[in-house]
Amino acid sequence: MSIKVYYFASLKEHVGHSEHELEFIQSLTVKEVWFEANADLALPKNTLAAVNMEYVDWNSLVIDGDVVAFFPPVTGG
Amino acid sequence: MAIQIIDHAFDPYHEIQRYQSTQPDYLGAIGATSIFIGTMRDFNQGSQVTGMSIEHYPGMTEKQLSLCVEKAQGLWSILDSLIIHRVGTITPNEVIVLIAVWSSHRGDAFDATRYIMEALKSTVPFWKKECLDADAERWVTSNTSGYQ
Repeated sequence: MSIKVYYFASLKEHVGHSEHELEFIQSLTVKEVWFEANADLALPKNTLAAVNMEYVDWNSLVIDGDVVAFFPPVTGG
Repeated sequence: MAIQIIDHAFDPYHEIQRYQSTQPDYLGAIGATSIFIGTMRDFNQGSQVTGMSIEHYPGMTEKQLSLCVEKAQGLWSILDSLIIHRVGTITPNEVIVLIAVWSSHRGDAFDATRYIMEALKSTVPFWKKECLDADAERWVTSNTSGYQ
């Protein structure tokens, strides 16, 4: 299975890139996606996650073709 | 309902008039127009701020803004709404965000405008990075609640 992972704002700087593809064999939760993609990096406190542009919790399962995004608390307006 | 993400300065009053003039279907029903305009300050958290860049998540931004409006439509009677939010580089005194809500009655217009603004602040994926004096930069790490 293949998913796309995006990072935004300070989290993009934290991981050092804005996106990448992740290949995996069995289903992963969103939290497992983070550690599959960033094995050496701690997950910053208050990080938010979205799948296909909708907020999800960390135990949500991702499937083939999903777009996962990680980002810090939002600060618009 | 209109949602615009733009990367250049704009005049919110002009945009309100222009948008309203293109919506003749409900003009006679309008009893109240409520607007919120958020403007960039030149200070924050004890520091002088000389500029700002706003990043967003294209696609999710529009989706979440639509959700904010749809939830407001479920709570109050709204004829129409217009949201414009800046991205990219901004300087102090420029407008960051405009929210305009048209309704038949002021209560619905006021409350829906406030609701949409607070929902935007807490759910829509924009992120601000401030430019400080001496060429330093810092991310804004959280938004405060407007109800405190």
